[in-house]
Amino acid sequence: MTAPLHETSAGEATATVDGAPDAPGTPDKSGSGGKAIEGRSPWKIAWTRLKRDKLALAGAFVVIFLILVAIFAPVIVGLLGHPPDEFHEDQIDPLFGTPIGSWGGINGDFLLGVEPVNGRDVFSRIVYGARISLLVAFLAAVFAVFLGTILGIIAGYFGGWIDAALSRVMDVMLAFPQLLFTIALVSVLPNELLGLDGSGVRIAALVLVIGFFGWPYVGRIVRGQTLSLRNREYVEAAQSLGAGRFYILRRELLPNLIAPITVYATLMIPTNILTEAALSFLGAGVKPPTASWGQMLSTAITTYESDPLFMVIPGLAIFITVLAFNLFGDGVRDALDPKGSR
Amino acid sequence: MEPLLKVTGLQKHFPIRKGLLQRQTGAVKAVDGLDFEVYPGETLGVVGESGCGKSTMGRLITRLLEPTGGKIEFQGTDISHLGVAGMRPLRRDVQMIFQDPYGSLNPRHTVGSIVSAPFKLQGVEPEGGVKKEVQRLLGLVGLNPEHYNRYPHEFSGGQRQRIGIARALALKPKLVVADEPVSALDVSIQAQVVNLLDDLQDELGLTYVFIAHDLSVVRHVSDRIAVMYLGKIVELADRKSLYESPMHPYTKALMSAVPVPDPRRRGAKSERILLQGDVPSPIAPPPGCRFHTRCWKATDLCRTQEPPLLELRPGQRVACHHPENAEGVTVPEARQSVDVTITKKPEPAEPEATEPEPEAEATADAKAEAEVKKDDAPGE
Ligand SMILES: Nc1ncnc2c1ncn2[C@@H]1O[C@H](COP(=O)(O)OP(=O)(O)OP(=O)(O)O)[C@@H](O)[C@H]1O
Ligand SMILES: [Mg+2]
Repeated sequence: MTAPLHETSAGEATATVDGAPDAPGTPDKSGSGGKAIEGRSPWKIAWTRLKRDKLALAGAFVVIFLILVAIFAPVIVGLLGHPPDEFHEDQIDPLFGTPIGSWGGINGDFLLGVEPVNGRDVFSRIVYGARISLLVAFLAAVFAVFLGTILGIIAGYFGGWIDAALSRVMDVMLAFPQLLFTIALVSVLPNELLGLDGSGVRIAALVLVIGFFGWPYVGRIVRGQTLSLRNREYVEAAQSLGAGRFYILRRELLPNLIAPITVYATLMIPTNILTEAALSFLGAGVKPPTASWGQMLSTAITTYESDPLFMVIPGLAIFITVLAFNLFGDGVRDALDPKGSR
Repeated sequence: MEPLLKVTGLQKHFPIRKGLLQRQTGAVKAVDGLDFEVYPGETLGVVGESGCGKSTMGRLITRLLEPTGGKIEFQGTDISHLGVAGMRPLRRDVQMIFQDPYGSLNPRHTVGSIVSAPFKLQGVEPEGGVKKEVQRLLGLVGLNPEHYNRYPHEFSGGQRQRIGIARALALKPKLVVADEPVSALDVSIQAQVVNLLDDLQDELGLTYVFIAHDLSVVRHVSDRIAVMYLGKIVELADRKSLYESPMHPYTKALMSAVPVPDPRRRGAKSERILLQGDVPSPIAPPPGCRFHTRCWKATDLCRTQEPPLLELRPGQRVACHHPENAEGVTVPEARQSVDVTITKKPEPAEPEATEPEPEAEATADAKAEAEVKKDDAPGE
């Protein structure tokens, strides 16, 4: 009897995605043989939007490039550089301790010049530094997202005193002086622990500390989302069909939490990179001879007047990496935002 | 006939907690003592202003909420305090259609997975397979069965509401609670969805509790109508009695906001009763009759003595000390004895305090009233 207003829905659906070729309801020519029409999932739509965001794509390319550099650091250095902890005193002016030649000793052999005093290959140290930066930032983000998601869901879904207690814990942690704590912690770390060498212990400590102080940010967002999602009518609909708590968490809530968690995780990585750099700069990061960008910056401070380029290069590395991750993260956020205009 | 659903003294008080220790400082008395029954095959309309506890009542009888007091019996079984596991088998028989077509469908699931959830959750394997049955259901509610793999955001409000209806009907329930199923929809689509519900009732032998916030929507689908005010039923009557001679002043006020479909009667009955003041808070409802603060007939009796819901005419239950349209109605013994103990005249000549205001109000401003829908009423 009643014609289910197909036109309206077609218009609505295509308003968000441009040029959807087969909007629902428009009599379709192809799928008449009982074949189900494929829907556009929220993820597909986000992907379409992301593909049109030029800045985000540029960020993504840089991010992928950096990840590849980090993974294949030994190969790249083997082809284009020298071992990162090898001294090259022949490249250093014995009188002043500065690299021989202009521009920090850049030449065909040393692509980004050499470090003052000991003549280590800056290119190799930057490439290996990317490893530390990305590894620490990724692992810390994974750790923070893992803790934050679980505790945030528990707080938001169960509410009551559990929520009150967890929320207070998050407040306290957000007010905690993370940097000071980390410096104090790292200075008392032993050189070997659980079969890890000095750098391994430092990296593990950085991951745990940055991740541990990062989870309340994720936790707060997940808690808020859960709180608003658990009163949605579709949760009640599942309940009215006899669904238990676990089913509702897994099938109704979690799929809706993945988008905000993804966004937060991508935006957390650049913050973690900066934190790692800051800690390394302050001497609480990995120890030499292992290279890290923050540590290179702090070494460069003593020689910046005679060899400014040695300071600029790690600074640029940090800047470009953080910018790329931020551009990509913003793109992901815009793409996943259901209210996004694009 | 045995009622399908029987509710006695139903209450739901939401605690208000404050401070770090979450101490209870009060309660929202959302539903505060309801008595009614629903018979197989009928449609019970429930109307009342926003916040009077209609949705809470619906969530109680579908046991999405646990009552604070009172009893809910479904087919003679007391379900008032059954847990998740205890309710599960009964969930097949009692289903709900929700108000918000955007909030009631999970945006991350396809229509197919939404409509097949009932089968998965109840472990039912329909003959011919789940997918075939889901497609049949989609066809039944007037959607294209091939849209199985589409997502809710690809549908209009009316279509989404149909998806919600398909989900509610998947397990062939006996009782369906529809909580304002059309109030979020465009006026032009409301009639279609109401008609669909009406057709499905005939086809599948369903029993409905149909919640709405004004009388014009329930008029065409309801056999009986309950009028709620601040967590209580003030009048419960069959449709004809309610529309022709409402007895509770509140019903009369609501009625005056409904457009008269018959043009010949339009002139005669167009006087509107504008209710004075706001709905009182359900945290501290007024003593006595809850409507007395806005009633033009209120007396001291109303302010102190709560009127019980009594059958003043066959098929018409009213909770009022001074009912309207009461000519020829013999006031029952119970009421008279109440009046006598209070030593008050049952019908005083002039009510005090509140203004006598049942007159025609020319200004068509209907703020305090339930919103009036367009008068191209469904099914007419
Ligand atoms: N979970 C809850 N916790 C506390 N108070 C609640 C809760 N649910 C409802 N209430 C309160 O109970 C009262 C009745 O709410 P309810 O949703 O049942 O009203 P309603 O008649 O359905 O209104 P509407 O027409 O706006 O849907 C309101 O005052 C509301 O604020
Ligand atoms: Mg409601």
